[in-house]
Amino acid sequence: MEVEAGGAVERARSGDSDAFRLLVEQHSRAIFRLAFRMTGNEQDAEDVVQETFLRAYKQLDKYEARSSFSTWLYRIASNYSLDLIRMRKRHEDRRERGSDEEGRDILQSIPLDTPGPDRLVYGSQVSERVNEAMNELSPQERTAFVLRHFEGLSIEEIGETLGTGANATKHSIFRAVQKLRRSLEPLVGTAR
Amino acid sequence: MSHISEEQFVLFYYGESAESRSIESHLADCEACRSEFRSLQLVLNTVNSAPVPERGAGYGAEVWRRIEKRVPRRTHRSLRWYIWAPAMAALVLVSFVAGRLSQRSLVPATTVATNSTSATNAANAANTKVRERILLVAVGDHLERSQMVLAELTNASGGKGKLDISDERQMAEDLLDDNRLYRQTARSTGDSAVASVLDDLERVLIDIAHSPTEVSNAQLEDLQQQIESRGLLFKVRVLGTKVRDQQSKPAVTVTEKNTKRL
Repeated sequence: MEVEAGGAVERARSGDSDAFRLLVEQHSRAIFRLAFRMTGNEQDAEDVVQETFLRAYKQLDKYEARSSFSTWLYRIASNYSLDLIRMRKRHEDRRERGSDEEGRDILQSIPLDTPGPDRLVYGSQVSERVNEAMNELSPQERTAFVLRHFEGLSIEEIGETLGTGANATKHSIFRAVQKLRRSLEPLVGTAR
Repeated sequence: MSHISEEQFVLFYYGESAESRSIESHLADCEACRSEFRSLQLVLNTVNSAPVPERGAGYGAEVWRRIEKRVPRRTHRSLRWYIWAPAMAALVLVSFVAGRLSQRSLVPATTVATNSTSATNAANAANTKVRERILLVAVGDHLERSQMVLAELTNASGGKGKLDISDERQMAEDLLDDNRLYRQTARSTGDSAVASVLDDLERVLIDIAHSPTEVSNAQLEDLQQQIESRGLLFKVRVLGTKVRDQQSKPAVTVTEKNTKRL
């Protein structure tokens, strides 16, 4: 698959738009999955897919074949998703701050406890809780975690991709796992 | 070996631990750590259960259809987009001005135009068409990015503390150079409506770019007022839509129509 993409990349670089079309067709679904896991939102994920390929096309000359084309696309998609979720998060924070300055403290003081497993029906409720738990991660934590957990990138690769270095990436993943455990352990019934 | 920390477990779970063997042998002997690791596994496996909306086999083709018109033609691999887009915009400017001047001077001569003149005009028309299209794509992207910055600031609310606008500030700074170029091009080609929107946009972009990274509520309101008083977000949105419409139309230029008549 990558061999075919390699040829297409060369042809796309020299102006063959059909070759670029092949690359778009080949990688769109994977980029969508990554983007959805990062943003947690279908419309945002669609935006990320489009923007990733437009940016990739503009930067084709910067692509170096030492990393695979899909990893390079992941890098672009991750960074754009990260920008997007940071902006969204800040936007939401501002809205919250503006609309309910006093209520925020009360909300924060409520423990993130969930109903006991006996009250939960597995299936959609589990998914919903997982989504909520993912939304509680900071943009950096979420991005690092998604790339490690779902996309199987090594911590070193993630550090390179996000430009944060391996150590900071490792700590983002640790924090993400801690938060997920805190949110999801009551659900899966394995209190620490 | 003392008990295994959560961080060690996380690395072990993802196969990135340098001490896998000792962890494995500790797990074999320590019930407390086994239980701890099972709990971690359970949670992380549960995370996998969150569904991702499915996209069918034709999704890639659909994405291509959506972006195809925004993908600029590449002419030379060593020329990067951000280098040649402004250069092409400048070329459009020159070709428009030159085209207008030459059209004026050629009017009396059209009756005696030779076949070779027609061929040259046809080639020029085709070049102009390509340049116009490249400019449209570049301006379309520029307006979209500008719109994002303006919308973010318009929808922001400062609350009591200061507000971090470093991302918007950086984007405004990045957009300024392109905006200047497009505004000058529009002005020179006599497109005063576009030039006027870009002019307004430039003033606001300058203010955003020169704002502190953290603004007070009053400073934010000031920026919002500037955006709103000029109806800027609306104008940029409308202009962006027009540009996108133009991109999707087959380009037939005035020059081309004239050439066909000749």
